[in-house]
Amino acid sequence: WGISRLPALWLKLKRLSLVGRLRRGTEGKWPRLPDSCEEELLIRPLHSGDIYASFQFRTLWDTDFLHQGKKVSHYRLFPKSLGQVLSKFSVRELHISFTQGYWRTMQWGQPIVPSPPGAELWVWFHNTVADVDGNWKELTNVLSGIFCASLNFIDSTNTVQPSASFKPLGLGNATDHRFLRYATLPREIVCTENLTPWKKLLPCGSKAGLAVLMKSEKLFHSSFHSQAVHIRPVCKDWQCSSTAWELRQTLNVVFDLYTSGQGKKEWSLFKMFSRTLTEACPLASSSKVYVDVTDNPELFDLSPATSVLNTAVVLGDRRTYSVYDLTQKETFGQLRSLNLVLRWKGESDMLRPLLHAERYVAGFGLQTGEIHTLIYNNHPYRAFPVLLLDSVPWYLRLYIHTLTVTSKTRENKPSYIHYQPSKDRLRPHLLEMLVQLPPHSVTEVTVQFERALLKWTEYTPDPNHGFYVGSSVISALVPSVVAMDTNNTQERPLFSSFFPTKEESSYFVRVYTEPLLVNLPTPDFSMPYNVICLTCTVVAVGYGSFYNLLTRTFQVEEPSQPLAKRLANVIRRIRGVPLL
Amino acid sequence: MGLLSDPNRRKALTSLLTRLNTPICVVCYLAGIAWFMGLAFEPFTLRTYMSENAMGSTMVEERFPAGERALATAREFAAHKRKVGGMPVEWLVKTMQARGLEVFTQSFTRTLPFPDENKERYMVRGTNIYGILRAPRAPRTEALVLSAPCSPDNSNNQAVGLLLGLAQYFRSKMFYVEFDCTSLSGFFSHHSGMDYTPLQGRAGSIQAALSLELSSDVITSLDLVLEGLNGQLPNLDLANLFHAFCQKIGVLCTIQGKLQRGDWDTAEGYTHAVQTMMLMVLKQASGRPWGDHGLFLRYHIEAASVRGINSFRQYKTDATTIGRLLEGMFRKLNNLLERLHQSYFFYLMPSLTHFVSIGYYMPAFGLLATILLLRALDLWVQLGTPAQVTEDGAVLFIFSYYKSFLSPSVLVPSFKPSMVISHLTGVALYTLPVLSQETAVEHFPVSETEAVVLTAIAIYTAGLALPHNTHRFISGEGTEQGWRVLKLVALLYLAVLLGCTALINFSLGFILAITLVPAAACVTPHMPKALTALAMVLLSPGCTLLYCVFIFQELQEAPVTLPEGWMLFLSVISQGILDHSLYGSLVYPLLALLIYPCWLLLWNILFWK
Repeated sequence: WGISRLPALWLKLKRLSLVGRLRRGTEGKWPRLPDSCEEELLIRPLHSGDIYASFQFRTLWDTDFLHQGKKVSHYRLFPKSLGQVLSKFSVRELHISFTQGYWRTMQWGQPIVPSPPGAELWVWFHNTVADVDGNWKELTNVLSGIFCASLNFIDSTNTVQPSASFKPLGLGNATDHRFLRYATLPREIVCTENLTPWKKLLPCGSKAGLAVLMKSEKLFHSSFHSQAVHIRPVCKDWQCSSTAWELRQTLNVVFDLYTSGQGKKEWSLFKMFSRTLTEACPLASSSKVYVDVTDNPELFDLSPATSVLNTAVVLGDRRTYSVYDLTQKETFGQLRSLNLVLRWKGESDMLRPLLHAERYVAGFGLQTGEIHTLIYNNHPYRAFPVLLLDSVPWYLRLYIHTLTVTSKTRENKPSYIHYQPSKDRLRPHLLEMLVQLPPHSVTEVTVQFERALLKWTEYTPDPNHGFYVGSSVISALVPSVVAMDTNNTQERPLFSSFFPTKEESSYFVRVYTEPLLVNLPTPDFSMPYNVICLTCTVVAVGYGSFYNLLTRTFQVEEPSQPLAKRLANVIRRIRGVPLL
Repeated sequence: MGLLSDPNRRKALTSLLTRLNTPICVVCYLAGIAWFMGLAFEPFTLRTYMSENAMGSTMVEERFPAGERALATAREFAAHKRKVGGMPVEWLVKTMQARGLEVFTQSFTRTLPFPDENKERYMVRGTNIYGILRAPRAPRTEALVLSAPCSPDNSNNQAVGLLLGLAQYFRSKMFYVEFDCTSLSGFFSHHSGMDYTPLQGRAGSIQAALSLELSSDVITSLDLVLEGLNGQLPNLDLANLFHAFCQKIGVLCTIQGKLQRGDWDTAEGYTHAVQTMMLMVLKQASGRPWGDHGLFLRYHIEAASVRGINSFRQYKTDATTIGRLLEGMFRKLNNLLERLHQSYFFYLMPSLTHFVSIGYYMPAFGLLATILLLRALDLWVQLGTPAQVTEDGAVLFIFSYYKSFLSPSVLVPSFKPSMVISHLTGVALYTLPVLSQETAVEHFPVSETEAVVLTAIAIYTAGLALPHNTHRFISGEGTEQGWRVLKLVALLYLAVLLGCTALINFSLGFILAITLVPAAACVTPHMPKALTALAMVLLSPGCTLLYCVFIFQELQEAPVTLPEGWMLFLSVISQGILDHSLYGSLVYPLLALLIYPCWLLLWNILFWK
């Protein structure tokens, strides 16, 4: 207990040597600490020959940020900056991701933690919050500072409140989507300046443990880079008598075979990260490296070999992992460093993920267009429903009456549609649909739109680049591969496999489509001056005179009459006879 | 305008314009032609310069090493093509996959309205094979295309080889999005009823495209082809980029197959520039895509074709150098932050280093179009004169004009039937050739293609007999006034038509104006019939096309004899109709539905009774 009260500076100095020893040595005497952290690295060789590395860091803390009147001020492992944010804005759940690149589902299969290109932020606020929009606005600005990102560009024009697609992942049965805010910034570019603040949130920083591998020059020399922070309330124990807060930081990288590996099919930790592992983070209660060896030994060799294997059903597929426990000294061997080496042996063909999606804009010209979303269900015999969420900026005016959903050339009527029309310069379109995907089919969702002409101050500095439309989100419970394989009775007793068990029969997947880049009608910005001059001249000279010419009545002017005649006319007028 | 609201001055001005109408028209015509010819004179034109910042100042290195390997791939490709007896689709897919691309195919078929004798095909069919090289850490929003057309014959193998070599090389570098396709035209086939299989893989919105045509191992020069469908041109920066890299790497580059000459001040130098520009004008006016890139342009994708030419010149360039050139261009395009938009979209090029912008060439057309307006003004005044009652005739001529023009007795009988009938002839010319080909083949010993072309010519000629028939519908009243109204309408109609055409496709508008404007300006019923009729026929759109065929051959330094020229003329007509049905080229419908009827109106005036 005493350690948690020590000042942060002291902690920083002593963390590496003393604290670890103290904790390990005194586990029996002291009561269980209220917070703990775990770190994990998963390495999965992908079928395309690329390699996927997924870091996960989990910090658990049983405290209550939202408790009224009690201010949490003593932080140990949980980052203070985030804790203060949670309590100040009454955040119930927070998910933020920064991604550079697009996850290639067709080549790589499903990611462990899906995320769309750019930045994504979704937050559930506590249901006591009165001014959700105000809190959201402030929260985005604060997070923008914490993560060094342009999250302050999130405003009402790109924020939506999905009704069904984003349910809380943590405890609590919140269903009122008034307390949910979701926004993406597809244009956000992720770089080292975002990685550094992210690394600072880790208990060991980047000084020890798995985090030493995170060298930005290697992490960003990759095909895909995604970092995320997820905060949610979880059960403290199995009885769930009270809640704890979970902070999960994930980092996913895919290294390219051709550019990094020079075509040689060999991977090692050193090659990937230009570092090897020498120790675990002393603050972590568990520190492990998993290598997906399900396809071993047909596909690759792994060295050093380990006898510890772990089998788990991940994303509907039963996978086997070699486990390297970094807290054990023998893991590091003679050299006192762990450098995993994978040597590819065979070729493998392309995967067919059960669910994947793509999106594009069809049509040409700058007036109208059509957004096509293709959703593939590659399951041979099972139909399953998916939730499609589309958030389209207001400057693409959707013609919602043209919305069509077709699968196998037949109309496929969505069983649930939630549509919120946009308001110019205020809020985007929100379209949510529950669509049943027939087995082994492609479902095409099309909707036409008109491109708005913006005010000239609303264009970005590079208007001819185009405007981004965020990814569609497809959330689904996908029937798992394990359930498909009912003949696999080698590992399980027969009596256990007649009815597919619930946990294994389907799994939750979120698939993001690619963002769109749409060109809007763009004026030639050097032209306004010319146009102003020209129109002014035309209006002043041309229109004025023509108008004059057309409306003026022309009369032949009478020459002035002689005096005698005028006099005579006066007399005639008096007499009432016609004038001369 | 103040001039016009003063009745006396207005009167003076109109009388001046009426009195001097013919001389002014002649001067305008000559000035228009002279202006146009002056466009090729170097001191009058602008030097090309790179407008796009992202491509101008950035440095790129070209290190493509594998030219020999690319040629070996090309030979392998040729061998497979011979073995399969067509496109070796499977081999290509495998080879591209081995180079680390995501490969997809798309097949398409399209039945033409009648067989294409030039390319000997009735059904356009083929397979697009495209590989996508995904850029690392890019969200699939933008793409660049490098394509090579493949045909079953033995051409363009080297281009495919080089494409594959480049793909492999780009794959090993940390490059941006690259989208590499080997295609026949039909890639963008969601128009006009083409049957195609859906695309499987997508890359993002295409920023720019290059099409490579290369049929020999070594080349002497590279030719840049810009003219696309309906006379659309890519942004001038693309041409500048090509030129800049040719200069940097030291490859001879040409446009319209003509090398640049340094001596602009000599007669030969000037003639050379005129020839180059005239070739561009004729190609643009034809409205057909002159390379595979032409189809990209209609989707607002900047694209150009690069064609390797192997002539008898001593100095040769090898495949590695071409590869380096393409690499350099792609790396520069890769640097683009926005689509190419900084430079000109409307231009003519008398050489690769000089260009004529729209502001310079439009006056040439404007001078010709002025003639039509002047003649119309003249007629307007003439029409107004008999209705004047007071001495200040000019004051009232607007009103009297309205009176004469709006009174149904003048309006209906004079020009409406001619208008309707000539347009119906136009519709017949547009639809009948294709519709009646079967009937024609049954009754005459000709092939389908010949039948279509000859029917078109027959309908065109039959239209000449119209004036005699039109009069049956007209109660012969107010003849003198009638033809004037008809001519006024025809003049204004022609002015609007040519004006709109010139805005979209300057070359087409200008070429049509050169012949149609004198015809329209001069024709009256009071001229010697036979002589004028001959002149009118010689100035008709059909004959303009014939002259263009001869001039084009002459400029290409491949002069043809009269019979050959005639055969070429026939094939040009059939190609025009095919281009319209296959790609949606607008020249044929424009000529058949609008220009030809307009000319028929003028023809009607000549035979006015």
